[in-house]
Order: sequence, then C-alpha cells, then structure tokens
Amino acid sequence: MSVMPPPLAPAVPQESGKMEVGEHWRRLHPLSPIVRFGRVLIGVIVVAVPSIAEQPALHHDNGLPVSVIIYIGLLVLGGVGGFISWLVTRWRIADGNLQIETGFIRRQSLRIPLARIQAVDVISPLSGRFLGLAEVRVVSAGRGAEHGRLAYLTAAQAPVVRARLLALAHGLEVGTPEPAALPLLHVQNGLLLPALLMRSQVLAPVLIAVAAVAAIAAAPLVGAGALGSAVTVFVISALGVARAFNEDFDFSISEAGDGVRLDRGLLQRRHETIPYGRIQAVRVVEPFFWRPFGWARLEVDVARQSVSREADRDAQQVARTLIPVASREQALWLLARVMPDAHPNPPPEAGPPSRARLKAPLSFHFLAAWFGQRYVYARTGRVQKSTIIVPLVKVQSVRLKSGPLQRAFRVATVDVDTAGRRWQASARCRDEAEALEMVRHISERARLSRRVPPPLPASAAALPAAG
Amino acid sequence: MTTVVTQQIVGPGELKRLSPRFWLARQTQLAIFWGPVFLASLVLALLVNVSAADLLPVVVALLACTAWLVERGRYRSWGYAEREDDLIVTRGLMFRHVSVVPYGRMQFIDVTAGPIDRAFGLATVQLHTAAAATDARIPGLVRADADALRDRLAMVGEAKATGL
Repeated sequence: MSVMPPPLAPAVPQESGKMEVGEHWRRLHPLSPIVRFGRVLIGVIVVAVPSIAEQPALHHDNGLPVSVIIYIGLLVLGGVGGFISWLVTRWRIADGNLQIETGFIRRQSLRIPLARIQAVDVISPLSGRFLGLAEVRVVSAGRGAEHGRLAYLTAAQAPVVRARLLALAHGLEVGTPEPAALPLLHVQNGLLLPALLMRSQVLAPVLIAVAAVAAIAAAPLVGAGALGSAVTVFVISALGVARAFNEDFDFSISEAGDGVRLDRGLLQRRHETIPYGRIQAVRVVEPFFWRPFGWARLEVDVARQSVSREADRDAQQVARTLIPVASREQALWLLARVMPDAHPNPPPEAGPPSRARLKAPLSFHFLAAWFGQRYVYARTGRVQKSTIIVPLVKVQSVRLKSGPLQRAFRVATVDVDTAGRRWQASARCRDEAEALEMVRHISERARLSRRVPPPLPASAAALPAAG
Repeated sequence: MTTVVTQQIVGPGELKRLSPRFWLARQTQLAIFWGPVFLASLVLALLVNVSAADLLPVVVALLACTAWLVERGRYRSWGYAEREDDLIVTRGLMFRHVSVVPYGRMQFIDVTAGPIDRAFGLATVQLHTAAAATDARIPGLVRADADALRDRLAMVGEAKATGL
C-alpha cells in the first residue's frame, strides 16, 4: 500500500494530497507540547510575573534575581520535556491497528484494533484553535480507561484521520469519505441560556436570596446569615451555568450511519459521535421550572468499563447530553430517532399502589414504571421529572429489592441494570406481586430480544415545528 | 418472600440451598468474634466492683444470640437456581434481594475462598456482568460444587454470549 492514492476528504479536498495518513510512522504536530502544557504555562506566568515584579532585587544591577532564574529554568525544563515527549511520540495506522508509541524513559506502545473502534471524536481546545490544532480521540470497546489520543494534529488533518479510522473500522475502502451527517436539531444559544438559568439549582438560591432580603426587614440577623449563604450558593451555581453554557454552546446534533454526532462548545469545540450500539439508556429530564415552557432535556448513558482512573474523568464527561434543551415534542422526536418506538408516556396502570403514597410521599406523583416489547421505562423524581428508558436488549441483570419498611407497605423495588455507569432503571414502590411479575417478564423479554430483536415500525415521523 | 419467588419464578424444588458446612463456618466465625468478647466481659464483671458491670456478660450474651439468629436467617435466605437461560440468586433477611443474571451477560466468574472458608472446604462463586450493580454472589458452596458450577456457568456463558 505504499503507492496509495491520497484519501479524499470531503471537508478539505484541496489539501488532501499533502496529508495521506499512511502506514509509516508520523509525529504529532510540533506545536503540540505548547497546547498540552499551555494551561500550566499560563499558570506559571500568572504566578511568576507578580512575584517577580514585587522582588526588590529586580532593581539592583547585580545580575538577575534568583527567582527569575528559577522560573526561567522551570520553563526551559518544561520546554525541553515537552519537546522530548513530542520527539518520542509517533503514531501510525498499520496491521489493522492504530499504533501509538510514546514515552522517553518508560516506553509505552498502545495498539488499538481498528475493528474495536467505537467512536472517533475531534476535540479542539481554545489554545489549539488559535494555533489551528485539534485532538483526535479514539474510543474503543473494552478499554474504557485507555483512549487513543492523538494530541495534536492540524485542524485540517484531524477530520481526515477521523474519516480514515472510521472507514477502516467499518472495513471500507481506505479513501471512503466520512459518512454524511443528516442535521437533526440545533439549539439556539438564546434558548440555552434562559433554560440553564431556569434550572432549579440556579433558581432556588435566587429565591432563597429574595426571601432573605425580605427577612432582613423583619429579622436582620437571620436574614443577613441566609443572604450570605445564598450568595455563596448563587456564585457556585453561576459557575455551573457558565460551565454548562461553555460546554453546550452552539449545540447541534446530527445523524450519521454510525451514530449521532454532537457538535458543541464555546471555548473548546467538540465533535463527538455516540454510536447507536453503545447507548445503554436514555433519560428524559423535565426540570420543575421548565414545565411551564414545555422544555425537556435528553441525556444518554453509554457503556464503558472501569472508570476508576483519574485519566478517564475527562472522558466520563464526554457525550452525556443528547440535547441540552428542546421543546418536549422535539425531545421526543429525537428520542424516537435514537430509540425507535419508545413512548415515554406512562400507561394509566403504571403508577405505584396508592398505599405507597406514605412510603414515598415526595416522589409519589412521578413514580411510574412499565415495559413494552423493546424498552423498560422508569419514571422518578421529586420536583424534576425524569424518565429513564432502557432497551431490553441492553439489560444486563434484573434485581428485586425489598427492605423492612418496603415490606410493611407490601412494595418492592425492581432494578434493571445496564452496562452504563450513570443510571439504572429503578422501578420503585411496585406492589410485591407485581414486582415479581416484572422481574419475570423483563428477564424473559430481555432474553427474547437478545435472540431476535423485535421488528421496527417502518414509519419515521417528521420533525415537529419548533416550540 | 423468597418462598414466593420459589413459586413464581423458580419451579418448586429448583432453588438450591447452601451447604450446611457454610452454616458451620459462619458459626465458627461468630464464635471467633463473640467468644473472646464474652470472656472479656466476664473478666471485667468479676474485676470491677460495680453492680452494673454484672449485667455486661448478659448483654454480650444476648447480643451474641441475636447475631446468631440473624446469621442463621441470612444463611437460610440464600438460594440459587440455575435456569435454562439465567441464574437466580436470592439473599438477605432484612433487605431481601432477588437477582436474575442471564448467562449470556456474564463477563467473568470468580471463585474465591477466605481462610475460614478454606478450613471448611468452601468457596464463593461470584458472577460479573458489564453492569457494576450486578451482585450475583453465591457463598458457601463446597469447593467441588463451586468449581463445577463455575465450569457449567462458563460453558453456558460461552454458548449464549452476547455483546454489550
């Protein structure tokens, strides 16, 4: 394959000739260390500059002060370290593997079988965007903790590498362009911000603050204390909103052959893929203050192995929101794309027995659990309504629990476990006999659907008008 | 409720119980803990010249009896059934659990034995699926039974394996 035609990338056809990503070893972009350690660099400068400026020794003429020398030494050391790490890191695609070799003292060779690649994400952090660099992150099955990271390639090269990895992973011709994505939904930033602000963890402290201001008039001491704590909580939640806004800015979701694509981010742009087969559960969330507007949020839970490692914490953040905010109709339409034939509206008999009102007084009004031919549904929540939908094909085990208090009310909980890490469908407060029936039926249907997945209805509904 | 499960999910007589040796092992464990505690309380009651201290051995003995009863209930609550396509495990006295684990979902099977288990020739078989919450564990099987169960499970697991 040494005389290989250059792969045709639809995004950048004019440059494709220069960027064949072939079998020979390649290095990452020379500016990679600067992007990788950019944050540390900025941190050092932020710490160093004021402390140096305050040094009285700076104004003497007998050479540089010691601290400046130390800081410069640190920078040089870091620079040399970064350069060496860049020098010894190389990668190639060969023998059905993505091979990455790195490490100067402790050599590390990572081989990711192309057939096991589940998704290839392109992530451009802010500093990388200034320099025109992007990271290619390969998510593979069975190695949740160890992703193949190519940080960094040029912004033009990254999509080409991505397309090539995907093509090879699917056993297609090398030059096959990335499958075209069909845009599904785009979230207006003007909708995202108010929606984020309307979440109860933001509005509750505001309401507390208002109450505190009112209380100051009546009892200044108590009111001031409440105001102080409300301000603290408010600052924390404001940071949370800013972070969520930064992450989900300019959010758009599209559908490609291999899964749904998410493009999002203000400072750090992410282009992620969630393969359909990897989705273990979907959650429809309707926060309390969103209900007057009829908004909903969709989240997914994807399969992964061990997540205990520190390094995977970032990957854990990846792709958990399917749509940050949409009208309920749009959210349900999107749900139907991801999980065909799922109906998250409970049938009338899905509620718990009325005696459970005392067992779960705060969430009784939302509790519901039911199952169909393809999915198990469980709705819970006290102020925020959240419905978890688990495909029967993905059920790993079914468990029934009943504690002493539950037995007093003759109810039991049925948990449906999946390989996802975030939630399990938990049918709380079911009648004892019904819970046993659920365990029996769900495990039976899960068994059947593993053998022969139930057929899909052929109709695909059109997108409802924006609400 | 375990009996209800026996009738509703598992056919009568299908639910296997743990080896009586497991109960012996558990009693040994209890004796190892409560014996010295009881002796210590007895010594304390004899040494300390406070009338309330005389009650201490009685309290300890009552606690030990309660522990013994609870442990016995727990031992009796354990049960498992190998069905055609899944394994059912029941356990728990206060908090009762019934787990259904399809063979096709098993990722690997552990057989472990602690020092007391080994002294009694026992072992614990634990099933792992891709879900972290799956808690199918069968303690107190006779070593040979445990190995046989592991081999059987591994075989059917292989035959019925499905991906994630």
